[in-house]
Amino acid sequence: MSIAPVSLRAVAHPAEIAGPEKISIRSLNFFYGAFRALRDISLPLYAGKVTAFVGPSGCGKSTLLRVLNRMYDLYPNQRAEGEVLFDGENILSPEQDLNLLRARVGMVFQKPTPFPMSIYENIAFGVRLYERMAKPDLDGRVEESLRRAALWDEVKDKLTANGLSLSGGQQQRLCIARTVAVKPEVILFDEPCSALDPISTAKIEELMDELKEDYTLAIVTHNMQQAARVSDFTAFMYLGELVEFDTTSKMFTAPGDRRTQDYITGRFG
Amino acid sequence: MTAGTTRDDLPMIDHTTKAFDVDLRELTRMVADMGHLVEQQIADALDALANRDTELGQRAIATDPKVDALQHQIEEKAVLTIARRQPMAIDLREVIGALRIANDLERVGDLAKNIGKRVLPLSDDLHPANLMLGVERIGTLVLERIRQVLDSYTHRNLDLALAVWNGDEEIDSTCTAIFRELLTYMMEDARNISSCIDLMFCAKNIERMGDHATNIAETVYYIVEGRPIAEQRPKGDTTTFAAMVVERRPSGTSSS
Repeated sequence: MSIAPVSLRAVAHPAEIAGPEKISIRSLNFFYGAFRALRDISLPLYAGKVTAFVGPSGCGKSTLLRVLNRMYDLYPNQRAEGEVLFDGENILSPEQDLNLLRARVGMVFQKPTPFPMSIYENIAFGVRLYERMAKPDLDGRVEESLRRAALWDEVKDKLTANGLSLSGGQQQRLCIARTVAVKPEVILFDEPCSALDPISTAKIEELMDELKEDYTLAIVTHNMQQAARVSDFTAFMYLGELVEFDTTSKMFTAPGDRRTQDYITGRFG
Repeated sequence: MTAGTTRDDLPMIDHTTKAFDVDLRELTRMVADMGHLVEQQIADALDALANRDTELGQRAIATDPKVDALQHQIEEKAVLTIARRQPMAIDLREVIGALRIANDLERVGDLAKNIGKRVLPLSDDLHPANLMLGVERIGTLVLERIRQVLDSYTHRNLDLALAVWNGDEEIDSTCTAIFRELLTYMMEDARNISSCIDLMFCAKNIERMGDHATNIAETVYYIVEGRPIAEQRPKGDTTTFAAMVVERRPSGTSSS
């Protein structure tokens, strides 16, 4: 029996499955000081699709996510080499406007991080940074964002309440509303459900399904079932390398690489 | 102990959750046990047919509820394993494979039971011994296929699975030959008709066991390789029973 070779480079998928590439990561290396945390990563994030990054702790998946909006720029001694093309433009170039980039690439973190201000302000705050809007327009944007995050019905009567007064699941959806409010093109989720109960998790997953109609999504998760449920494509990383990247249906039924299989079936990691 | 090997032939390492390995091994063992039971049931039915041994025929019939019960147990175990462990990749294919093979084995058991039921009417008839030869031949052939395919499942042996899969053509063409042969006996002497029809049903039942062996071979291939066997399944039986009758009509009569 021949084994189909698994390319560690970006795998070309048929256009009817994949569509255009929103982000193309090419030969990406990342360093924390002298430590090389990402090794020659190449893969696409397809527009309007959900791409999941899975792998054991320390494999570099969160690092990779942090490169996509240059979050690492906030820290000294961290640098990326290679190319990350966002609609064809290399966002790693020094000329890249970081504020603009972070408006185009939103991020939702593991722990909900609402600002210690009202629910309304949590959303309006970010919008005001990028756009000058009249009050009625801003009100509209806040409502629209809360509706997109499936939170509107729960908070519409208490928009002045502190964001921190919400439950964990609601706080996470508030953070998603905040991200959506500045109209990004890509949303990155870093373990968005690890602190949430199953119902809140289901709501976030449902939300991701709706959001992918308008956005390109990437999610880092330790929950294999979640990756299988929400994503269209899955990348398995190990020790800073991309081991396998393929359609989620292939990755979770018949992965090509032995390490992928051992990891997703719970044999190591 | 390993739960099987993957296509790169490295021994399978255990799950971090040991109980998961126990579940999967148990499932494989249950399917193997069911396979042994069905194998014995077929052997009984074929022996009963060859020797017109009604007692042995009854034993083949009596085995069927045990086979059905095992299928139920395998289904329950598989459903519980899915619910508890949410298996992925090779594990998922193992569980789905066990379900599918148990299903095929249950059908094979039914077919063996049907042969067992035909032993009684055949035992009353006086008929030439060579009437039985064809059916015995295909019976031996199919029993061997079932054994091989169960071996291929136990050892995750793709070569053996492919051999069974490719062997279906031989079974189909042998079955067609038997139909023709029985037809000539019926035309020779009308008193043979009743026995020959019983034997035809037996041959058809055996031929369908062969189809299930092919299904199991496909499942084994899927478990190991994670994809279906690519080529079109070979088909030797191009002549249907009805078409043969039409062929043998004297010229000039209309076919219907």
